[in-house]
Amino acid sequence: MADIIVTAFQQAIKLIESGNPEVYATVYRSIYVAGLGTLLSCVWSIPIAVFLGLYNFRGKWFVKGVFNALIGIPTVALGLLLYLFFSRQGELGSFHLLYTLNGIAIGEAILVTPIIVSFTANALGTADTQLRDLAKTLGASGLRTNLTLIRETIWSMVLSITASFNRGFGELGIATIVGGNLLGETRVLTTAISTEIDFGRFDIAMAYAILLMTIVIVLALTISIIERVRQEEGLWGKMSLWRGLGGS
Amino acid sequence: MQGGKIIVLLGVNGAGKTTLMRIIAGLENPDEGKLFFNGKNIDAKGLRQVSTLVFQKSAMFSMNVYDNLAYGLRIRGVHKEEISRKVCAELEAVRLSGFEKRRAKKTSGGEQQRIALARAFLLDSNILLLDEPTANLDPNSATIIEKAIINKKSTQQIIVMSTHNLSQARRMADEIVHIYNGEIVEAAEPENFFENPKSEISRKFVNGELEF
Repeated sequence: MADIIVTAFQQAIKLIESGNPEVYATVYRSIYVAGLGTLLSCVWSIPIAVFLGLYNFRGKWFVKGVFNALIGIPTVALGLLLYLFFSRQGELGSFHLLYTLNGIAIGEAILVTPIIVSFTANALGTADTQLRDLAKTLGASGLRTNLTLIRETIWSMVLSITASFNRGFGELGIATIVGGNLLGETRVLTTAISTEIDFGRFDIAMAYAILLMTIVIVLALTISIIERVRQEEGLWGKMSLWRGLGGS
Repeated sequence: MQGGKIIVLLGVNGAGKTTLMRIIAGLENPDEGKLFFNGKNIDAKGLRQVSTLVFQKSAMFSMNVYDNLAYGLRIRGVHKEEISRKVCAELEAVRLSGFEKRRAKKTSGGEQQRIALARAFLLDSNILLLDEPTANLDPNSATIIEKAIINKKSTQQIIVMSTHNLSQARRMADEIVHIYNGEIVEAAEPENFFENPKSEISRKFVNGELEF
C-alpha cells in the first residue's frame, strides 16, 4: 500500500513534469465544468437564497427543508435524469448537450444549487438581528438594509460558492453519465481516475487523485488566507505598523 | 419631551426601558396607543427618520471605523468632504482620533460604544436615544461617554437615555422618568425625584427596597 502511494506521488510529479497535453487538458476541463457550473448556479441560487434568507412567507420552512434535503442528492440519480432530458428523444435533446462539457456544467449547476441556497439563506437568516436594526436606525431603507445584510454575510456566500465548486470538481456521476468520459473531449479528473482504475493502472489513478486533491486544498487554503487577511486590519494596516516600528 | 434636555428613563431590569426606546426609534410597534411628534401622529417609518438609537450592546458593521461612522451620512447624500470633516470631528469628541482605518469589530467594548455614540451624534437627529450607553464599561470609557453626551446637549435635540444606575441618573438627567412594569410611575426633576419621590414605587426604588 505504501509502495503504491509513493509510486503515485512520483507518477504525479512525472505527469505534471511531462507536459502531457491531455493531463493539462483534463485538469482544465475539470476546472471549466466546475467553474462554469458554479457561476451558472449563482445566477439563480443567490437570488433564491436572498429571498429565503431575508423575507418571511408561508411555508418558508418547507422550502428551506427541501433545499437542505437536496444537498445530498446522489449525483448518479441526477446524471440519469439529465441524460434522459439531454438525449436525442429528451425534452432538451435539440440543444445537443449530451456528451459535452457544457452539459456536465449544467448538471453541476443543478447539483450545487441546494448548497449555495441553503448555506447562504441560513447565513442571511441568522445574521445579527441587531445589524438590521442598526441599519434601520441609521436611516437605511428596506432595500438598503437588505443590501447591508448581504454585504455583512458576503463571506458566508464566498464559502458556500467555494464548497459548491469543490463539490462539482470532485463529482463523478454526472461527469460519467452526461459527459460520457470521452478521451480528449469530456474526460475530467474524476472520470480519468475511474478509467485508470478500470485499466488497473492504480499509480496513474492515484496521480490524478493527487492532482485533484491538490487543487481542492490549494483553493481552500487560498480562501482561508484571504479570510484571515480580511479579518485583520488588512495588509496596508500591517505595513503602516511596520513602518511605524521603524521598518522600511 | 423638550429639546436641549437629557431625559433619563430610570427603572429596574425588565421594566420596559428598552422596549419604549425601540418604539420611539420606530423599530417596534406599540401594542396600543398612538405616537405623536411635534403634535402630529407619527408611524414607525416616520420615527426612524427623526430618531437614532444607540444600542446597549453596540453593533458594528464589518467595516473600518470611518465607514461605520460615514454609513448614515452617505445614506443622506452628504458630500464626501463634509463626511470626512464630520467624522474626524466626532471621533475627536469621543477621543478616538486616529481610529479611522481600524476594523470596528476589532476594537474594545468601550471603544465600540464610543464609535456607536459618535455614529449617532453625526446624524443630528431630532431624538437621540441612548439605551444604557455605559453598561458594562470601564470607568474611564463611561466618563468619556458621559462627557460626550453632556457636551452634545443642544437646544433642539431631545436626548433620551435609559439607565438603572442611580448616581449616573443624578449626574446627567435634566428630567427623570421612572418606569416600572411597563408604566411610567413618576416624571420629575432629579432633585425632586431623589429627595422627595411622590410615588411609593419610586421611593422604594431610590432606597433600593424595590423587589423585581
